[in-house]
Amino acid sequence: MTERIVGARLGYEDSETLSRFLATGGDQGLRRAVLEMRPEEVADEVTTANLLGRGGAGFEAGRKWSMLRKAPRRYLVINGDESEPATFKDHLLVERDPHQLVEGATIAAYAIGASLVVIYLRGEFALGLERVQQAINEAYARNALGRSIFGSSFSVDILLQPGAGAYICGEETSLIESLEGKRGFPRIKPPYFPAVIGLYGEPTIVNNVETVSNLPWIVQHGGAAFKALGEGRSTGTRLFALSGQVQRPGPYEVEMTKITFRDLIYGKEYGQGLHPDRSLIAFIPGGVSAPWFFPENLDIPLGQDEVAKAGSMLGSGSVIVMDDTSCPVRSAWRIARFFARESCGQCTPCREGGAWIDKILRRIEEGEGREADLDLLLDLCDNISPGIKWPPAQTTICVLGPSIPPSVSAAVNHFRDDFLVHIKEGRCPHA
Amino acid sequence: MARFSDDMLSRAKELVSLYPDPRSATIPLCHLAQEQDGYVSDEAMAHIAELVGSSAAEVQGTASFYDMLKLEPVGRYVIGVCTNIACMLRGAYEVLEDAEKVLGIPVGGTTEDGLFTLEEVECIAHCDHAPAAQVNYRYFGPLDDESFRSLIARLRDGELDDEVPPHGTLIRVRREAPPAIPMTEIDRERAGDQE
Repeated sequence: MTERIVGARLGYEDSETLSRFLATGGDQGLRRAVLEMRPEEVADEVTTANLLGRGGAGFEAGRKWSMLRKAPRRYLVINGDESEPATFKDHLLVERDPHQLVEGATIAAYAIGASLVVIYLRGEFALGLERVQQAINEAYARNALGRSIFGSSFSVDILLQPGAGAYICGEETSLIESLEGKRGFPRIKPPYFPAVIGLYGEPTIVNNVETVSNLPWIVQHGGAAFKALGEGRSTGTRLFALSGQVQRPGPYEVEMTKITFRDLIYGKEYGQGLHPDRSLIAFIPGGVSAPWFFPENLDIPLGQDEVAKAGSMLGSGSVIVMDDTSCPVRSAWRIARFFARESCGQCTPCREGGAWIDKILRRIEEGEGREADLDLLLDLCDNISPGIKWPPAQTTICVLGPSIPPSVSAAVNHFRDDFLVHIKEGRCPHA
Repeated sequence: MARFSDDMLSRAKELVSLYPDPRSATIPLCHLAQEQDGYVSDEAMAHIAELVGSSAAEVQGTASFYDMLKLEPVGRYVIGVCTNIACMLRGAYEVLEDAEKVLGIPVGGTTEDGLFTLEEVECIAHCDHAPAAQVNYRYFGPLDDESFRSLIARLRDGELDDEVPPHGTLIRVRREAPPAIPMTEIDRERAGDQE
């Protein structure tokens, strides 16, 4: 039986209610933190836990906090702008366990001494926004938020900010711009970290929804207990989002490193395999920014370093399965088109390169490609991210640009014959 | 359409008061304008600029960046069919084609009665219910031609009125909290912590 942490309440029909929350350990982490621990002690537990950020980059949460510039005013922003295609774990957490999120955010605020917390959620999460606002209201009503939380000397407010539909706002500096009322343009680096210059120019920590949702458990059980789960740098559990052509897509919380992609896709308690008479051609291990994996990669464990060693990333924790009825050209095109649409347009390689790749892949898929297009695609990828290597080289302000080549190069290199059939026959053989 | 009505204006002012910098209320106020008019009108943007201390051009600069903020009127129900990879692999383009037929409009169009606007959208994070769609940002899925037709029929008949408010109404739960703690008070408290 896998230990469940962030998803512990998801089995209950009424997981979003205050009564279920309180009946299942709710508030205990926050009470312990503000009444029995000093802020540094809370931060130490998180460092001990080696909690890696769950948004995509996998940066150690404790280390991020330790980089916070000393200043009288500092902010905490919770990133719930989950928009990486095929990623739906934060959607689940905000809708089904909003109290845990608010508790986790308040614990983080205490640990770093935040002056104000803003929970920034994707605007498209209408129900999630309502439930988190409800949870915030109920937290104020029982003094789990506001002045002198639970009678302690710690006071803080939480605001709920709805986004308005822009993938790029998941990038933390873009999110901050958006939160300042501007277009969601990523900021030029350096400064590399909002912990130095963030919201309103003040030091700011941006933590993902799932990351802070782990905090109540870590405070209650200790960082060592969290670290005891998983292996190496990959500690605790993670909520994996399985989608695409499997029998049972869904969110599955598993202990890090303990199961493989084969287990997740084919296992009885997880994806239950592919549809009858179909076979796997590829899967993407961590959101569409990640290089594709193929059947020979199935036995890699779900761990940060294990996946990195094999040339991809665990990223946002979303696993997309493609079977042999799907067209790899079409899949690569749809992913490229997404990036082309969501590019903020500031940097030429991303803005122009993405649009070109979208057009070329589309014409190949529609049977109007030519053989020279294959080299042209790789050349464009090379211009966006020189060397087309992993981890990718960056020519742009943010990582959206370098996220385009992995799918394109994987498809072109691994499914070259499919591309050639499209070009020769003047049509998609899968259509 | 219009500037904020009295009731909306008091909600707008309350939102502005929450932030250390009033401009942070720009997007929330754009959502509020959409709640009032169904879209963000020029007049609303000018009013928002007054409230947050920026210019109408700046508000428009922001609003025009975001897919959810509509600068032209749209249907009462904005239907966003997701066709991104996870939904595409499970038949999203068939759903989208069918949607065009059922509604009699192309992607981007609005039905003549002003009831429906059809959009093709990027991943909406409902991939375990693929192919999925949203109506005014409320989730539906998995969809096929039959369930899509029935969804449209139920919307037309008003059966989903509770679940799906008119376009623009995003968060029906209002903030209920004591007035925001003044930043100066928090600054003093944190300064004490650091001594």
